[in-house]
Parts: sequence; structure tokens; C-alpha cells
Amino acid sequence: MNRIDQLFSTKPKEVLNIYFTAGFPQLGDTLTVLQALQDGGADMAEIGMPFSDPLADGPVIQDSSTRAIKNGMKLAVLFEQLKGFREKISIPVVLMGYINPVLQYGVENFLRSCQEVGVDGLILPDLPMDEYETEYKPLFEKYGQHLVFLVTPETSEARIRKIDSLSRGFVYAVSSSSTTGKDKDMQLQASYFEKLQSMQLKNPVLVGFGIRDKATFQQACRYSNGAIIGSAFVKAIENSANLQDTVQAFVRNIKQ
Amino acid sequence: MDIAINTSQSRYHVNEKGYYGDFGGAYIPEMLYPNVEELRENYLNIMRDPAFQQEFESLLRDYVGRPSPLYFASRLSEKYNSKIFLKREDLNHTGAHKINNTIGQILLAKRLGKKRIIAETGAGQHGVATATVCALMGLECIVYMGSVDIQRQAPNVARMKMLGATVVPATSGSQTLKDATNEAIRDWINNPVDTHYIIGSVVGPHPYPDMVARFQSVISEEIKKQLTEKTGKALPDYVIACVGGGSNAAGAFFHFTDDESVQLVAVEAAGKGVDSGFSAATSQLGKPGVIHASKTLLMQTDDGQIVEPHSISAGLDYPGVGPFHAHLYESGRAVFLNATDNEALAAGYELSLLEGIIPALESAHALAKLKDLQLNPEDVTVVCLSGRGDKDLETYIKHLK
Repeated sequence: MNRIDQLFSTKPKEVLNIYFTAGFPQLGDTLTVLQALQDGGADMAEIGMPFSDPLADGPVIQDSSTRAIKNGMKLAVLFEQLKGFREKISIPVVLMGYINPVLQYGVENFLRSCQEVGVDGLILPDLPMDEYETEYKPLFEKYGQHLVFLVTPETSEARIRKIDSLSRGFVYAVSSSSTTGKDKDMQLQASYFEKLQSMQLKNPVLVGFGIRDKATFQQACRYSNGAIIGSAFVKAIENSANLQDTVQAFVRNIKQ
Repeated sequence: MDIAINTSQSRYHVNEKGYYGDFGGAYIPEMLYPNVEELRENYLNIMRDPAFQQEFESLLRDYVGRPSPLYFASRLSEKYNSKIFLKREDLNHTGAHKINNTIGQILLAKRLGKKRIIAETGAGQHGVATATVCALMGLECIVYMGSVDIQRQAPNVARMKMLGATVVPATSGSQTLKDATNEAIRDWINNPVDTHYIIGSVVGPHPYPDMVARFQSVISEEIKKQLTEKTGKALPDYVIACVGGGSNAAGAFFHFTDDESVQLVAVEAAGKGVDSGFSAATSQLGKPGVIHASKTLLMQTDDGQIVEPHSISAGLDYPGVGPFHAHLYESGRAVFLNATDNEALAAGYELSLLEGIIPALESAHALAKLKDLQLNPEDVTVVCLSGRGDKDLETYIKHLK
């Protein structure tokens, strides 16, 4: 069973998924952060594959991506770093990134590498649903990779159904129409979250974008199976003198 | 005049799925899906509406000043011992071809009920053309422009501000056109309901490349008519245009794609030389990939990171090329040449001294290849003179020896 499915089957509520950029703040920090996330009590981790032109991201993740690329991060390096990480880390891990680096690596090569190192799923926001369905779905299944699609407050009900039918693992509910790291007020989106709840999707729902602390995490959890924190975490570790401590303290502040 | 609604059957044009051969599509995050889908569903219907066409045509005629002249450049022709015509897009209101597209898109945005307009700009020509139509229609206008370009195209920044637009500097990456486009797309993600994004070139997710090409196709439509009047033949031997994203070239090539006797010549910016590491010659340096939500040729590292381009001309300083052009390149329908910064400067001076026309540095790249085409005396060549050079005076003068 895929680790993501396993997680939701045992813990359907208040799942905390934390995003961080691979190779940031230093090239060699990827595994350190991942280990500290697990030790601090995060339920899932989302590793960002840095891209030069991250269209859906605000300044914080743009900057971490630029720095990671300067540090020398690339897909081949990331998979090298992740080799053997499953000996120590048991939480589900998804990779998040843009389609172009994946195309250059080769989609099948990429999926094979994900499976070899023990990645459980992928978030590729600019891979069109139709193209996934017609060209790539069997490959993702062959290599055991769940693909998570996004919905937004502007997504129609019919399309949410379609997204739910194609998504595996969970559906990523973008909290407001924005790039990452914006502080738009989630209260305003109550009707959207209630709609999602009432639709009783087959997948669990994690809320992301604008989740930054315990209050926003709990607010999101009222309507969903959990939430994803990205920019606020990246910002917290940016200038950390002790990554282990910073990461664990960040997670505990949310969870306790 | 028609806007290529009923005349576009060419196999080189977009198919019903939004692709040109292997290129095109809409690689957009879900946040952009409703905006792009709204456009995709409506753009052809709106463009087909006779009332829309009438409004578009009357503005092109009375406001832009179309048809733009097709000018027989006699001294230039003498120099190259051939027959060279210039399609004078530089004589349009605001000084470039860009306004053909912004007129079309602002009318479309109004019909979609949009209240706020955003745009990206490189040289500032598209920014000025957008600010102009926003003033004309009384709509709010925000233009994203790379910080580097704000420096090197100061007159256009001043024009945009005088026209009431807000110019927002893009400070990420190379701080040029690519980054301005990123910022405009991010703005659209954050303002999905009331905002229309007027993309200035034949780039971006479907339907933008097709929509912009159709609005620009008035260029080749006029060339055919004017050439018939002047030479008795509708078809030239060569059509030459510069290509950054490629909107003036798309307009100049549009109605000639199926006339295989016409050699289409796209000229990219070689910068300091194709292999110098400071270039924007995408067809020579690029590989297929996804940039700004479109599958096309783009300059990138082996790891798929987009490479920062270089050109003396801000309007060509782009690491991709529209999917229409990627298809023309891959299919061999168009020949892709490139001109260095220095060749473009020399061509700009040459046209100034021979014809009394100071061309935009972008257009000067197209002119720079006249010397390499081995034209025969009987050959008829049309160069798309996409814009005027006032905005580039500082750059020209700095390089005056």
C-alpha cells in the first residue's frame, strides 16, 4: 500500500504536510530537513524540485528555488541525496515541481527514480489533466507514483469531480486564488470549503496556500483532512543556525 | 479587412486542441484554468461577431492609421540589387505593430466584462500599446517590465506613465521580458475574476498564440493586397521578420504559410554571437520544453532550467519562441537566421542613412539579413519593419563610432 494511503487510513484528521525546497538553505540540507520534519512530528513531507521560473509561487519559494539552483541542486543530485533515505524515514514523501525539468529528465526515467528511492507521490501543477490522462497515467501507476491535482475556489463542481477521479493520494485544495505565501483571509473562503466538504470526495483533502501557523492550520483542518505549510516554513529555516532545532520547533508549534 | 477568422485553414496554423504540430498547448496550474478556459471558449466566437469586427476594423483604420504603407525602398533596393519593400508597422500609432493586438484584446476584454488589464513588456512597445488602449477604453492598466528593461527603454516607461499605466518592475531572474511575463502571470493567478492579461506576443497558453497571431494577421493580409497593387503579384519571394516571441513575424507570415513559393525568413537575435553564451537565438540553442505554459523551443540547461538570454534589443531578449514559430522551424517551412547585436546596429544605421527611417533595434535584426540572402535582381522581398527606433536612440548613439 502506498504510504500516503496508509497515512490517511490510520490518521484521517489534522494531517500536517510540510513543503521545503530541495538543496536549501545549503545543498546538503535536504535529508537533514526531512529527518527533522519526521522527528518533530510532521505527518508528510513535500520536497520542492527547484525551477528557475516557478509561476505559481510567491517571492519566498522563488528565492529558495533560485538559491537551491545556485547551490547546485538538480534532479539527478536530488535522487542521489534521496538514495537510501527510507532506511530512516517512514513518513510519506511527495515531490512537487514544474513540468519542464521532469520532461528534460524524461518522464519515465523520473518516475522510475522516484520509485527506486522511495517517493510516494507527485505534485506537478502545470501538467495538464488531459495530458496526464491520455499519455502518462499508466506510467505513474506502473511506478507506484500517486499524482495529486489541485482545486481552487474558482474550480467548477464538474471539474472538481473530474480532478477527484484522477487524483491519487489526496486532493490539494488551494485556499484562495493566489500564488504561494500570500496571506489572503481564509474566512472569506468558507463557502468554498463547505462545498468541498459536502461533495464527499473519494480522496482526502489537504488545504494549502496561506497556511502559516497553528491558527491557520487548525482553521484549515476544520474543513479538511489536514493542511500543507510551505512559504512560512521555508522562511523559518532560511537563516537557521541549527536546522534540526528550528525545524522541530516549527512543527511542534503547529502540532501542540 | 477580416481578422483571419474564416481564412485560417492552413496546416501550419493551430489545430482544435491548441497545438501547432508538437508545440503549443496550455501547461497551466489549476489557478489559471478558469481564466484561460474562459478565453478559449469565447475568443473565436467574439472575433467572429460582425459588430466586433466592425469595431476592430474602424479602430485600426481611424485610430491606428491602417493600412500601414508598403513602401518600396529604392535606395535600399539599389544597394542590394533587388526589389525590397518595407511593411511600415513603424508608422502605426504608438510606433509599432503591437497595437494591432492590443486593440483586438481590449475589445475582447470588454466583451468579457473585465475591469482591470495587465501586461508584460520587453522593449516597452507592447506596454505602451496596452497603456494606450486602456486609456482609450478607460480601464485600469498595470504593466510588468524587467528592471533592466526599465533602464534601457526609459522613454517608453515615461510614455506608459503619462498614459496612466502603473509600471511595476520585475526584479527576479535576468530582470527582462521572461521575468516580466512571470510576474504578469502571477498577478493573473492572484486576480482571476476581474482581470484580463493582454499577452504581447504569440506565446503563452493556448489560445494566446493563435489569438495574437490572428489579430496580427492584418499585416500579411495587407501585404498581399498592396503587393498586388504595386507589382501585379500577391506573392513576394521572401518575407523577412525578426522573432523574439514572434508576434510581428506571425502576423507577416500568417497568410503566406500555404504559399510554399514564398520563403519565410525569421531572424532571431544572436546577441554577441550564437555560441558566445550571450544570445537569444532560440531555434539554434533551444530544445523542446515548456515555458510560460506553452510547449515550444526554449533555451535551457540539461536539467531543464530556463537560461537567461541576451540581446541588445529588449524586444528580442526572450529565451523561447512562440509555438507557431517552433512548428515553422521544425517543419522547415520557415528558415531561421540570426543577427548579432553589431549587425543589427549596422543595419539600423544603414536604413537611417539610405531611406531616412530609423528602425527599432528589433526590426534592424530583420534588415541585417538582407546581405546574407543572395537576392536576385528580380526577387521581391518584404521586410516587416515592426517598429520605429526612437526608443533605441540612446543605444544607437552609444554605439556610434
